[in-house]
Amino acid sequence: MDPDRSQILLPVRTGTIVASFVLALLLNFLPWRDLRLVPDFVALVLVFWCVRQPRLIGLGIAWTLGLLADAGNGVLLGQHALAFSLLAFLSIWLSRRILWFGLWLQALHVGAMLFAAEGVTLLVRLAAGDSFPGWPILVGPLVGALLWPAVTWLLLMPQRRAEREQAI
Amino acid sequence: MDHTPPPFFKRGPAPLVRLFFFASLSLALLVIDARFRYAESMRGWFALAAYPLQRVAAAPIELAERVGDYFSTQSQLVKENADLRAKALAYSRDAQRYQAARAETEELRRGIAATERLDVRAVTAEVIYAGRDPYAQKVFIDRGATHGVRPGSPVADEAGVIGQVTRVHPLLSEVTLITNPDQAIPVQVVRNGLRAVAFGGGASGMVELRFLSANAEIQNGDRLVTSGIDGTYPAGLPVADVVRIERDAEHTFAHVVGKPAAGVDRGRYVLILSNELLTAPRPGEVQAGKDRREKSRRSKMKEPAREKDGDGSR
Repeated sequence: MDPDRSQILLPVRTGTIVASFVLALLLNFLPWRDLRLVPDFVALVLVFWCVRQPRLIGLGIAWTLGLLADAGNGVLLGQHALAFSLLAFLSIWLSRRILWFGLWLQALHVGAMLFAAEGVTLLVRLAAGDSFPGWPILVGPLVGALLWPAVTWLLLMPQRRAEREQAI
Repeated sequence: MDHTPPPFFKRGPAPLVRLFFFASLSLALLVIDARFRYAESMRGWFALAAYPLQRVAAAPIELAERVGDYFSTQSQLVKENADLRAKALAYSRDAQRYQAARAETEELRRGIAATERLDVRAVTAEVIYAGRDPYAQKVFIDRGATHGVRPGSPVADEAGVIGQVTRVHPLLSEVTLITNPDQAIPVQVVRNGLRAVAFGGGASGMVELRFLSANAEIQNGDRLVTSGIDGTYPAGLPVADVVRIERDAEHTFAHVVGKPAAGVDRGRYVLILSNELLTAPRPGEVQAGKDRREKSRRSKMKEPAREKDGDGSR
């Protein structure tokens, strides 16, 4: 809870959460050149809200988002749903622990979770008869973990800014 | 007096229970989708929900391209114009020759009483986005069921075949590229007419000929075109150029690798060729084969043995 210990955050607005998910989906749907190197932004935002607001965002929302990602990407229906459910469970389970660490140690936890989700996806695809897409697939979760401090800073901004205005 | 805990302790079912619930739901969906294909309508609804986001995500790239077009310089335009004019001249000469050659071919075919070739209808489409799936080589195009796209239609660009429509949504469709390992396409070597089946090479971006005998007559630089004997792809579309041949005495088959002729991983505009009425019904298949042909049009034609059953039909 390092960066926020000094200040009390405002309660989150539903609009912020919805907007962040829409933005993440948009980022995912951008025409990227090599998809293996791009992190899954929806997964990252999902982890963020599950860690910060475990009572608001749960497995149901994660599962629905997963189906949306499946249909949008034209992959097997249920692949992202499974990975996102696992991701949501892990982050809710670890939510009390993670927030005690500094941002980079948090990123380490997040990286492990993203790797687990990627592993589930990989297992599903291998079971469905696809071939292994190569080791660059591990770069995505890594980049995702490295983006964690930035994501935290960005997504907490609405709550923090209002707080600062109140102080003045 | 009730003994339930106060409401601020309530968290619903335990997270682990929920995980099991949703995980089993996902697994059930996976099995249904992979094995039985019952989930298509559900997929359609979710795809429709994701469609506006996909369009919006593609917009900045379009905008950047338009701005780039706007600032293209005079000299560039003049040069491009000259190039295009030269190309048009070459094409018109080819077109005239083609007209003559076609008339001649038709006459000859009529002479030997062969079935007449039918014209292919084409619809232009724009690639709106590459599928975010590193396991499968797919792109999404902005024409769907409402524009009359059918599953199984071949898709080409100006240089050759890029793939086949494998799933059609109301406003967009999925194209499986020829580099997808599950995608097979019957080809022919232009130089000597040797028939083979090309499979996608996966992430390498190449295509492979898997079942050519080790002494098959093929060499580097050979051009592979569609043979048209599957009734899906029209004949004569360029597919790939052979770049590598490995003949190993240990293996029964030669391993031939080709580089796709079309811009499989680039380019924005593609042609969807309509695959209806490409071939007249084969004799003996007229009554029994009706639903079989329907089926083969839908499936991605996996079995390489199919190249044999079309012999002599074209």
